[in-house]
Amino acid sequence: METLERIVAEHPFFAGLEEQYLQLLAGCASNVRFEGGKYILREGEEASQFFLIRHGKVALEISAPHRGPLIVETLGEGDILGWSWLVPPYHWSLDARAVDLTRAIALDGKCLRTKCEQNHDLGYELLKRFAHIMERRLETTRFQLLDVYAARK
Amino acid sequence: MATLPTDPMVPDPYRVGQVWKETSDTFTLAMEPAHSAACSGFLPGQFSMLYVFGVGELPISISGDPEEPGRLVYTVRSVGQATHALVSRKPGETVGVRGPFGGCWPLAEARGKDVALVAGGLGLAPLRPVIYHVLRHREEYGRLIVLYGGRSPRDLLYRKELAAWARQPNTQVLSTVDYGGLSWRGHVGVVTTLFRYVRLQPARTIAMLCGPEIMMRFVARELESCGLRESDIYLSMERDMKCAVGFCGHCQYGPYFICKDGPVFPYSRVRSLLEKHEI
Amino acid sequence: MAEKTQALVEAGQIERLIEALHRRGYEVVGPTVRDEAIVYDRLETLADLPIGWTDEQAAGSYRLKRREDGALFGYVVGPQSWKKYLHPADVRLFSAQRQGETFRILSNPDPPPPGRYAFLGVRACDLAAIAVQDRVLLHDRYRDPIYQGRREGIFIVAVNCTQSAATCFCTSMGTGPQAHAGFDLALTEILGPEHHRVLIEVGSEAGAEVLAELERFEVSSDAQKEAEAAVGRARSQIQRRMDTTGIRDLLYSNFDHPRWDDVAQRCLACANCTMVCPTCFCTTVEEVSDVTGDHAERWRRWDSCFTQSFSYIHGGSVRSSAKSRYRQWMTHKLASWIDQFGGSGCVGCGRCVTWCPVGIDITKEVAAIRGATVSAEEKDHGNT
Repeated sequence: METLERIVAEHPFFAGLEEQYLQLLAGCASNVRFEGGKYILREGEEASQFFLIRHGKVALEISAPHRGPLIVETLGEGDILGWSWLVPPYHWSLDARAVDLTRAIALDGKCLRTKCEQNHDLGYELLKRFAHIMERRLETTRFQLLDVYAARK
Repeated sequence: MATLPTDPMVPDPYRVGQVWKETSDTFTLAMEPAHSAACSGFLPGQFSMLYVFGVGELPISISGDPEEPGRLVYTVRSVGQATHALVSRKPGETVGVRGPFGGCWPLAEARGKDVALVAGGLGLAPLRPVIYHVLRHREEYGRLIVLYGGRSPRDLLYRKELAAWARQPNTQVLSTVDYGGLSWRGHVGVVTTLFRYVRLQPARTIAMLCGPEIMMRFVARELESCGLRESDIYLSMERDMKCAVGFCGHCQYGPYFICKDGPVFPYSRVRSLLEKHEI
Repeated sequence: MAEKTQALVEAGQIERLIEALHRRGYEVVGPTVRDEAIVYDRLETLADLPIGWTDEQAAGSYRLKRREDGALFGYVVGPQSWKKYLHPADVRLFSAQRQGETFRILSNPDPPPPGRYAFLGVRACDLAAIAVQDRVLLHDRYRDPIYQGRREGIFIVAVNCTQSAATCFCTSMGTGPQAHAGFDLALTEILGPEHHRVLIEVGSEAGAEVLAELERFEVSSDAQKEAEAAVGRARSQIQRRMDTTGIRDLLYSNFDHPRWDDVAQRCLACANCTMVCPTCFCTTVEEVSDVTGDHAERWRRWDSCFTQSFSYIHGGSVRSSAKSRYRQWMTHKLASWIDQFGGSGCVGCGRCVTWCPVGIDITKEVAAIRGATVSAEEKDHGNT
């Protein structure tokens, strides 16, 4: 059976991370699974974990009155779900729901924050990777906002 | 029936055979020559100038099967007076056709390689002839990858065909929308977010892109960061056209006439133009 | 190659030249005075020429003035060019008639004009312009049958300039003032205190055949020298220069030069320059239908890249600012044209300088872009 450390190491988000940091991270990691339709995290709740998606599909949603849940993006294998655990006040800003059966590695937020405070090098490695993810998400979100397929008469 | 001498500015009459409604504002028309003349052949990527009596003329990509003789197929979005008149044609009515014009998608360059098609919105229409061609000549090409992004689920074209193509061997078809709505269980996000589901082999992939210019810019950049050479990425560019034969001057894009030198261009040739405003 | 045949005639023989052309069924068109300008129109007789007139041109200015002599060709070029005849401003492409659910194409493009044209008085710059339009409309991937129908079989009588206007810069573009090829006959007017003659050079068999009907003399070496001096005068009077060294790359690499903002402040996007330019060829096509809706025609008309709607697509214009449109015109004319057609689109006739209502001078714009080296700060990403 694969160790958690190996699973974490194989996830694209941690590509290139040194062995010593992987060991530290594995200490905060656990295997999780979500049935299709189940909520993984809810807007406003405490952001206590972040997830490395191994398999499945997750919908990021924002709920509006009279309109129901609006999916703003779909994440899948290889993606990261959640970074609000990094940023005070540590609350989720949207909902995430498993669309299909989804398997992920959950990393405990408090555990990670503590380790990062103790080991700033680990913190820097994590932040570099998150910065990259955020930059890509921001870019695609802006592209999405442009509504390029709308008819322009 | 009287035949006119060939004049590139005078259309041939075609009769509308069938009309399909694709979305709330987009229709597909199939046409046959009106006077039992031979139907014009075409290469994937080429376009016609379609003339609606009393209204005007429009450049429309041919989106049918190049090896299905006898008819020309066009998918048209109604956005103004002329397109509205065109999509309002009923079976039996006449439309003038000039062409085909323009160059074609790089099917020869793609032989023996993986073919990655990235389409946005109406951009799937000019790429559909490529899909037909590759599926007819399956052994001449590697993997066929179709990535398709639309505004919302109701705006996606050819949904039944997309599902059928996905079932073909060695073929991957992924769709996504910018706005999911309530009952969509598919992917939500811009078309570049589909790349994570595709294992591209950049050295043996030819990519063909078609859609709004902004979309093609984002996608071309994404493909390059995946390792594709700029000369292996092709875009179909669009500008206003009045003649399609290089005389009216309207379609100029930098030094290129899109009607003659395009509409298909390798990214290497247009990347510096894409970066410029108001060119 | 054998030297071109030449002959000397008295100026009055030009009347016989016009008659000879009429007899051969040509419609003779050439310069004439109308509306305080020298335009091109039908010439019935020699007297229709602007005899004793000259033009004073400057950036944004054109005036006719009386000469002190009776020169036949003592002026240069006016607001019109020969594209008026070869690439007409309004042409019907076809007409169609509704028949129930269908329609029938009725007729071919506008039939060519009756007879053929004889152009009398084509300056060297305009000869070059005709060659430029030949390249665009006849020798590219497609051929324009309308241009071809009018171009074939015309008779060209060139005139070598014996003076130049302040706005001329043919010498910079290598197109004048001497006409070298592309004509049937070329005239050089030699006007002295005691004589008024025209030295005629033959450029084709058709030209030789027409010349044979004129009363002519051998060309003495004096007359030869006089003719050369006259053309030399035109050459030495040229004031404007355009340095075309590496101009294609110069304009391609200066897309964000601040000079474009500068000219945009002045340019009215009035499109005068494109109307008077002898090589501008852009057109649009319009649908014209009658009240019943049963009859429709498609008309091709001159268009200009300076109009707001020229680059309209998907609900907006690609080139919506006047700056982008001026830049497009100038870059196309001087740079892109070279990639598209193998040579410059500009022949140095100076019309765009004269007829610009605010006096924008294309030679100065090129010099400004060439001269000022743009530092990184100045470049400022295209901001003003």
